This record gives sequence, C-alpha cells and structure tokens, in this order.
Amino acid sequence: MPRRLSRRKLLLSTGAFAATAFASPIRAAPPEPSQITPQLVEAARREGKVVWYTSIDLPVAEKIAKSFEAKFPGITTRVERTGAERVFQRIGQEYASRIYAVDVVNSSDAAHFIVWKRDGLLAPYVPEDVARFYPPEHKDPDGMFASFRVWLSVIAYNTNLVKAEDAPRSFADLLDPKWAGKIVKGHPGYSGTIMTATYQMARDLGWDYFEKLAKQRVMQVQSSADPPKKLALGERAVMADGNEYNIFVMKEQGQPVEVVYPSEGAPLIVGPNGLFKNAPNPNAARLFQSYCFGVEAQQFIIDTGGLRSMHPGTTEKPGRKPFREIKTMRDDPAGVDKTADDIKARYAQIFRV
Amino acid sequence: MTFAPVHASRPAFRLDLSWPILIASALVLCALILAPLGWLAYFSLVDRAGDFTLGNFRQLVSTPAFVEPLITTVVLSVSASFICCVVAAPLAWLVARTDMPLRGAIRALMTASFVTPPFLGAIAWELLAAPNSGLLNQTYRTLTGAASDEHLFNIYSLTGLIFVTSCYTAPYVFVLVANALERIPADLEDASAILGGRTWTTARRVTVPLALPALLAGALVAFLQSMTLFGAPAILALPAGFHTMTTKIWSLFQYPPKPELAAAASLPLLVLTVLLLRGQHVILGRRSYAVVGGRQGDARITGLGAWKWAALGFSLLILLNPVFLPYGALLNAAFSRVPSQLIGFGNLTLHNFEFVFFELSATRLAFRNTLILCTLAATIGTVIALVVAYLTSRQAIAFHRALGFLATAPVAVPGIVLGVGLFLTYTRPPFVLYGTLWILLIAFVTIAMPAAYQQLQSAFRSVSPDLEEASRILGATRIRTLARVTAPLLRTSVIATWCFIFVGVIRELSAAIMLFTSETKVISVLIFDLNESGDLGAIAVLGLIMLVFTIAVVALVNRIPGFGAGVRLRNN
Repeated sequence: MPRRLSRRKLLLSTGAFAATAFASPIRAAPPEPSQITPQLVEAARREGKVVWYTSIDLPVAEKIAKSFEAKFPGITTRVERTGAERVFQRIGQEYASRIYAVDVVNSSDAAHFIVWKRDGLLAPYVPEDVARFYPPEHKDPDGMFASFRVWLSVIAYNTNLVKAEDAPRSFADLLDPKWAGKIVKGHPGYSGTIMTATYQMARDLGWDYFEKLAKQRVMQVQSSADPPKKLALGERAVMADGNEYNIFVMKEQGQPVEVVYPSEGAPLIVGPNGLFKNAPNPNAARLFQSYCFGVEAQQFIIDTGGLRSMHPGTTEKPGRKPFREIKTMRDDPAGVDKTADDIKARYAQIFRV
Repeated sequence: MTFAPVHASRPAFRLDLSWPILIASALVLCALILAPLGWLAYFSLVDRAGDFTLGNFRQLVSTPAFVEPLITTVVLSVSASFICCVVAAPLAWLVARTDMPLRGAIRALMTASFVTPPFLGAIAWELLAAPNSGLLNQTYRTLTGAASDEHLFNIYSLTGLIFVTSCYTAPYVFVLVANALERIPADLEDASAILGGRTWTTARRVTVPLALPALLAGALVAFLQSMTLFGAPAILALPAGFHTMTTKIWSLFQYPPKPELAAAASLPLLVLTVLLLRGQHVILGRRSYAVVGGRQGDARITGLGAWKWAALGFSLLILLNPVFLPYGALLNAAFSRVPSQLIGFGNLTLHNFEFVFFELSATRLAFRNTLILCTLAATIGTVIALVVAYLTSRQAIAFHRALGFLATAPVAVPGIVLGVGLFLTYTRPPFVLYGTLWILLIAFVTIAMPAAYQQLQSAFRSVSPDLEEASRILGATRIRTLARVTAPLLRTSVIATWCFIFVGVIRELSAAIMLFTSETKVISVLIFDLNESGDLGAIAVLGLIMLVFTIAVVALVNRIPGFGAGVRLRNN
C-alpha cells in the first residue's frame, strides 16, 4: 500500500491536519536565494536556539552543531538524533498533537521529504550556496530542501579478523557459507540509510538475495551507524550494510576497519535538510540552513564526518576513494516513497525481526 | 468549694474528611488506569475504519509471527521468575536471619543491582558476553587458546536474555523476602523451639509459611516484570533475530503504526496476569499472616558456624552477575577508547566524559527531566498506593477488591502499550498533555502502582488491625489513624515504596519511549537512543552517573530525620 494513503489516514484519524494537508499551493518557482545578512544573524540570536532533528551519527551531528555555535555565538543548537524512520514517526506524532518543536530536519531517507512536502509542512528557503552551486538533482525545484549530505551504504570488514585477500568483494560474496554467523547489518524499520539501501538492493538484486542473506545467521542491529561500531569492537567480521562515513572516520582514527565497494554497486544515500513551516525558531532555522550549505560547513562534514558533499567548492579528503570513481546504485526517493511500507513488512518476514 | 466548669477539649462537631479523601483516591486510580485501558480495549475491537471487528484477534492467533513471541515471553517469564526465587530467597535468608559476615554490604550491593536499569545491565552484559567481542569470551580464548570464532557465552540468545532478566529482577524477590523474614518476631520461632520443634521443623512449620506470602508476591512480581520488560529484549533479542511480546508490540508502532493489533496483542498478557493473581489469592486466601502486633521481639539470628564463609562466598558469587562484572565492564568502557578492550596505557581516555558533558546537547535536559519525574512520581505514587493498600487490606469500602485489581492491573499492560493508551487519551481534548512532563508522570505513577501497592499491601497484611481498631475506638478518624498509627508502623515499607518508585522511574523505558518528545526526554530514552547507534562509551558514562546519583538519593531518603530515625533501615 502506498505510504501516502496510510499517512493521510493517520492524520485524519487524529484530526490535526485535515485542514492544512492540501491547502498548500503548488509553487511554480523557488523563492529568491537568501544570504546570511546581519539582520538574519541578529534575529536568530534573539531566538537564541535552533532544534535540529537528524539521523546523522550522533558524534558527527554534535560536532556540526558545535561548529555552528562557534561561528554564531549565542545560538545554542539542540541535536535530536535518532534513526531516520523514527525521526519521521516522531515528527508525525508531534505534529498530529500540534507540538511544533522541530526547526530543521535532516533525514537519511530522502523519501520523507516527498511526504512532508506533499503534506505542506515544509517552508521554502533557498540558501545562496544552494542556488548558485548545487546541481539541480540535489535541490528541490520548489526550494523546500536540498542535499545536505551524500554517502554510501557499503560492505566493510574488520582487518584483524579478515585478511584483505579473503574479504568479500560483492554482495554475492556475502552468501558464501564461510560468512555464516559473522555478518552484522542494520534495520530498514529504524534507519533511513538501510531503508534506502534495501530498496535499491531489492530492486537490483531481487528479494531472494535477502532471503539467502537471512540464512547466514545475520546479527541484526538498528542504526546504520551501528554495524561499523560492531566491526570495530570485533563483534562481527563483516557488515552487509552501514555507513561509509563511519568507516572512514574510524579507519582514520586507527581502528581496524576497511571499506569494500561491492561490485554490484553501492547503494547511494542522500540526506536532505529542510525547514519546517511551523518552526519555533524560524530565523535561527534559516541561519542554520544557510550555514549547513556553505562551503565551510560542507568541507567540515567531509573532513570530520567522512561524508560526501555536492558543493563543488569542497575538496575530497586524500586517502578516501573519490566519489566519481565508485560504482553506485541509482537512488530513487519516489520509489522508496511508494514501497516503504511493503519493504518493512517484507523485511520483517524474512529476517523475523 | 467550687467546681470549674469542664470545657470540652474537642469541638462538638468535626468534619470527618476520611470518606471524601478515600473516594477521591479511588477516582484518581480509576482515571489513571481505566482511561488508557479503555482506549486499548476499544482499539483492539475496531478495524482501521472504526467498525467493530474480531479480526485483530483472529490475526493474532493465526499468525506465527505473534504466537512465537508469546511462547518466548512465557518461557522467559517462567524461567526468570523461577531462577529469581531459587537464588534470591536463600540470599535473603542469609542476609536477614544469619550471622554471615558482611551482611550489610551484601544488602547494599543487592540495592545496587536493583537500581540498575535492566537495559543498562543488558548493555553491560553485551560488553561482557557478546560472542566475539565480549570481555569474558576474549578472556576464555586467551586462556584456552581457542579459535577466534569460538565462544563460551552468547548473550544474544534466549538463555542470555533469561540470565540478564533474572539478574535485574531478583532484587524484587530479595527485598520482599528479606523484609518478611525480618518481620517474623523471635517469639513465634521460640515458641516452636520450646515446644520441642527442631531447627528444620521450626523453619518448615513457622518461618517458611510466614515468609510464603512475600515469596509468592516476589515470584509474581518477578514474573510480571520479566513479561513486561522491553529494554533488555530489545537489546538482546533483536540482534539474535527473535521477538518477545513487548518488542513485537513495539515493532507494531513503527511507521505505519498498527495500534489496534498492538492492543489485541496485549490482551493475552492481561489474561495471564489475572489468572496469576487469582492463583495467588487462592494460595494465600484463608490464612492469617499478622506478625506485627502490640508486642514485638526482634528476628532471631541463626549461627552458621564455619559455614558462614561458604555462605559469604555464595553471596559474592551471585553478586558477580548483576553487580561486579557489569559495572566492571561499564567502568572499563567509560575510560577505554574501544569499549571491548581492557584499559591499558594505550587506550585510556577521558573522551567519553568529555562527549557526554560538553558535546552531547541532550544530557542536561535529560537529567533535569528525570530528576523531576522521579521525585514527583515517587511521592504521588506512594501516597496513592498507601491509601489503596489501606482500603483493600482493611476492606474499608465497598468494591475494595475491584480497587485492588485496578491497582494491580497495569502490571499486565506492557509499558509500551500503556504508553500508547496514554498517548491516545491525552493527545485529544479535554486533556492535552502530550509534550509535557505530566503525561510521563501519569505513566510512571501508573506503572509503579502495582509494585508499590503489592509492597504496601503485604506490609498492611502483616500489621494486625488491633492497633488501628484501638485508635478508632479512642475516637480518631480513619485518616488520622492511618497517619498516626498505621503509617509509622509501616515506616520502613513506606520509605521502601518511595525508593521502589523512584528507582522504578529511572529504570522505566518502555512507556517513556512512546511518550517523550524532544523537550521531555529522560535518561533511559537517551541511553536507548545511544545504544541503537552503538555509542557504548557514552552509555557507560551516563549509566555510571545514573547509578551514583540513584544511590545518593536512596541513601539520603533513608536518613531523613524523623522519618527513618531510630529505626534500623532495612528496606532499601
């Protein structure tokens, strides 16, 4: 069943959005690009805080928040970090009760922005950098959101437990009996990254791939940030999915992990940032949004977060495989939007949790 | 000689506030419990469109995805309850009634295991007994030279889950049994001895029967705690690829939520609880267990002789599991760069503390919310439980039995389902409480009520009504009697109940996870979130702070002057 129907039903049953759901006019063009003006900074400072709901791995998210606070003193940033699917549920739950706590949202399931936009919850705002530098496929034509971060869901292994020559090279390799009981993976009911990855893999490899993978006695964790950490602990030797950016950061800290770009292509994950119409701190939200898409913040998420940026002014960190050299799967938020509920149900059936 | 007129020392008419207060308490209880349960009952019987249906139940019994978790839950609860009784009751006897050395320390350590939230214990045991990275398994491999994929323990299994659940449920049984044993006065046992009863006869005919209500109550609480536990199964069962009822119900609230199925799924648990309570009633029904009368002797201490060292060894061995090993692992993780590595010069770090205190933006808010909620819930909950336990044990009003059932009913409702019931109740007019701390307060008081009520009720049962009747005959009202006679007699139980609830709120995760918003986050939710993304170092730091904080509060409450003064404090 398409996600739209069940969501609409949820909202209608709680009676909150019946009036606003379809009231928002379809925009023909994005609003004028906005710069960071002294007036905006001053207004943001008067609000004093910004609340950012995100699914980025917590230490990375808090670092981004701290860098914003350092640049604009007097505005505290509260990070609400949980898995993207739960961020989505949380906002739905809060909004249905008319609790407007979130200013800016960042989700690793880009399909969520389709839903929020359709429900008329987002506010149009285009930071100057987005208008000038971002490729069209990474910004909403109506100016509601843009790709704050891009990364991959990858295979990785613990270098203490697996020799480089024995490491899997493809998703198909993971079905080898020698990996039984040694694989860890995230959950699409929790993580937007894994939801997106599961969609792309089911589309390109077929659901029977997951049926075979489930027979490998997989250790099931929730967040896509957790499989890399389970690798670093030495709890499992290989991860079947999870964040490339965690692996980068850990490897550069000297932890025994190594990334593998599967030969079938690595699922491509896009995490947009958007503003809510009912944001309690609208000016701080705009300032934060503008900051997030500036070259400084984008370089920061590359350097300290291990993420990829769509800002052409940034440079990739040496030692990491350049983005354009990696074979990726095709991302398709609209496809995820249509099949998300089905994916969750099917996944639960196959992996039993 | 003249006689001065005698003035009445009391006004001719005094309003007896007893009835209004009693009725108000009963109404509060009804509102707390009936409203969310009513919504759940409604939801279990309707379909998406709001029409009456039995389809939810049909789906429940015909789908293996629901039947298997139910069986798992029963296995888990029966095993954990049994293990708790077998382990905690002897320990309680050793601490309460023997001359075993270090009894005070053992009791304090049991307290430490009680204030440990099961989800924190589960995470600590992941650090210890995860098949590959667990410290115990690493040690095992180092000692035996076993291959890198061999392991001694696998915490991600039903056995592992039963073990961890038992570790953190046993203190309930321990506290109840230890208190009961201490309340048995020496007179009764002396009488048995004088009449020629040997030690074992006395134990069998006097001591055990008198402690039986507490043991049964303990077993019951252990069973129900295990059954409604959410955090530990979510942490240990999901990686192993199986569900318990609570995690299954929780998964039903993933987007898109299916509250009607969840409501139906919680009904088997409710039925089971009712049957158990009936069973307890049948077993305990007709006997009298009043041991606190007008005169009282101290509990008799059994000399163990040389066996006392063996007893101490046994106690310490048991405490290894809920206390020493897990907290050792958490301490290690808090200071180690990689949580699964033992601290050495190479990986010692204060980074985790720095992260929790200076980077994590939710820390202070979560601590503040938790403190407020703990204190309020403990105070309000104790007062309500005291009144209800009084009403039911003294059969003071009609329908007292129904009231007792109401106070016990929430135990059958997994916190997560109660959370949803409350969510449905308090997100719509006239009471829009979602997004405030009030909804969490209501949830915590409701969840704490069964344990608080059970504890106070078993305390009431052991206080003979004679003393209250004497007070009533002398003209005191019910409330005055309760305040001046009964409550002081139950002082230790009241303190214990307050601490029970306080600690219970810190342990609570399952309702909080449904009801929190970003502004009303509590520590348990914060830790759960951190666990889902695998930030074990930060969890270790938060967990340790939480433990220190809880123990400080419990110790402080036990030393409030005039409240516990002059009484040996036995119930923490």
